[in-house]
Amino acid sequence: MDSVFINFIYLIASVFFILGIRGLTHPRTAVQGNLLGAGGMLLAVIATLLDQQIFGVGFNTYAVILGGLILGGAIGATVALKIEMTAMPEMVALLNSFGGGASALVAGAVLIGLANLSTQTTVATAFSGLIGSVTFWGSLVAFAKLRGILLPDDPVIFKGQQLLNGALGLAAVALGAMVVAEPGTIGFYVGLVCLSSVLGVLLTIPIGGADMPVAIALLNSYSGLAAASTGFVLSNNILIITGSLVGASGLILTRIMTKAMNRSLINVLVGAIAKSGGTKTDSDAVYAGRVKNTSAEEVAMLLDGARRVVIVPGYGLAVSQAQHQVRELASLLETRGVEVEYAIHPVAGRMPGHMNVLLAEADVDYDKLKEMDVINSSFEQTDVSIVIGANDIVNPDARTNPSSPIAGMPILNVDQSRTVVVIKRSLSPGFAGIPNPLFAADNALMLFGDGKQAVLDLVAAVKETA
Amino acid sequence: METFIPLLTIFMLAVFVGFEVITKVPPLLHTPLMSGSNAISGITIIGALLSTASSSRATVILGFLALVIATINVVGGFMVTHRMLDMFRKKD
Repeated sequence: MDSVFINFIYLIASVFFILGIRGLTHPRTAVQGNLLGAGGMLLAVIATLLDQQIFGVGFNTYAVILGGLILGGAIGATVALKIEMTAMPEMVALLNSFGGGASALVAGAVLIGLANLSTQTTVATAFSGLIGSVTFWGSLVAFAKLRGILLPDDPVIFKGQQLLNGALGLAAVALGAMVVAEPGTIGFYVGLVCLSSVLGVLLTIPIGGADMPVAIALLNSYSGLAAASTGFVLSNNILIITGSLVGASGLILTRIMTKAMNRSLINVLVGAIAKSGGTKTDSDAVYAGRVKNTSAEEVAMLLDGARRVVIVPGYGLAVSQAQHQVRELASLLETRGVEVEYAIHPVAGRMPGHMNVLLAEADVDYDKLKEMDVINSSFEQTDVSIVIGANDIVNPDARTNPSSPIAGMPILNVDQSRTVVVIKRSLSPGFAGIPNPLFAADNALMLFGDGKQAVLDLVAAVKETA
Repeated sequence: METFIPLLTIFMLAVFVGFEVITKVPPLLHTPLMSGSNAISGITIIGALLSTASSSRATVILGFLALVIATINVVGGFMVTHRMLDMFRKKD
């Protein structure tokens, strides 16, 4: 098939991708947008199969391709259908990793397969190898941390870490230069990939727990850049267009996340909050004698007299998988004429939008999921706020204590509601490692226990007060 | 080098298009945006396909490996995004 025709199909596919992402700007058009994207991908694959380079090389190549497509498709489909909504951050990390890995592999394949490579190709190959490997291993580390296998959720920090990373980075660039200078020596590319792999691991291990949304968004951006870079290797427009779209998407999300934590990207990347600037407050001094314990029955009575209730979910909701029970509680209250809304902090959970997906799974109408800026002014008119498995994002110290490590971070102002009920296992600190004065506030009640069980008890208690 | 500048031009323009479109995606849909854009970044599948057609055995092997993981990325990404977006549909 004529390359002009194929490039024309690629152009159409690119337009599909852009329109597809635009579809995601509203829940109504989002399903259609995603299908458009998938359609674009199908078009691009079919056009490529008709390319002269593949067309006519014989049955063997088509057998290899068919085998790869079936194998990859089966694995991808199985995982996509089986994965739990609470595990979506892991899923995205894993997919990211594969995208980056594919780019590094393709660049390597081109380097081995072609003689007389232009400088553009070799430079781009080195780039793909570097970013692709960092993405692959970095995302795998993120996956392991999120799953809690092999690696701890907490930041892994050691002395001289930044120095080591810097040295590895420089060495990788030097090896990249060697790849460009002597593309015939495959050893340089292999070395580059190995070094970048170590770098990918080291860059991701200091990022812990609640900082994961930033890491995932950034790695997402890298996987896009790796694809774009592979586009420069192959002089292929569609890879460049698509890669840069994804690169931009990841960067925007990264910025939104760091802004929502009032921290710089560098600060997040070196795992700085664990080392914590600012003065540590003693948790005994904050809590001593001021924390009030409550029971499901007492909360049910409070809810009985409430007109407006706001539910604030955090990562604990995902861990205990309490989204369906929370929805049940909300529906129960709504049948009694209570206005119920959900307050979603941008960094609640382990990836951008994590809480929204969980609550949507439990059939919560998306109109009730309110962004921080929208809902914050309404807490003063809220009778009861129920915080489930969240900590740092509702810590009033961020607003009032300039020496706190999280000073200046935008928070949900739940402390301004008439009563705050906090469902939590214990008084243990959140990711920032600091006590939360909210728990000791006059208008706060602690309902200790597992999120799911506590909400189940609440539902039962509310039914009894009827 | 003569193809480099046109390619770079396309890259830069696409970055701007990306910024324009993606800033309009609401936080509500940030997770599907990530998984969906992830699936799209599996476009490297095209490079993998082309590599499998090489006469060099090593290239074919690398191309095949790339093809498998890129396909997981593409199929898994679009399907899981669809599953999520389906939940955001208005219930009547």
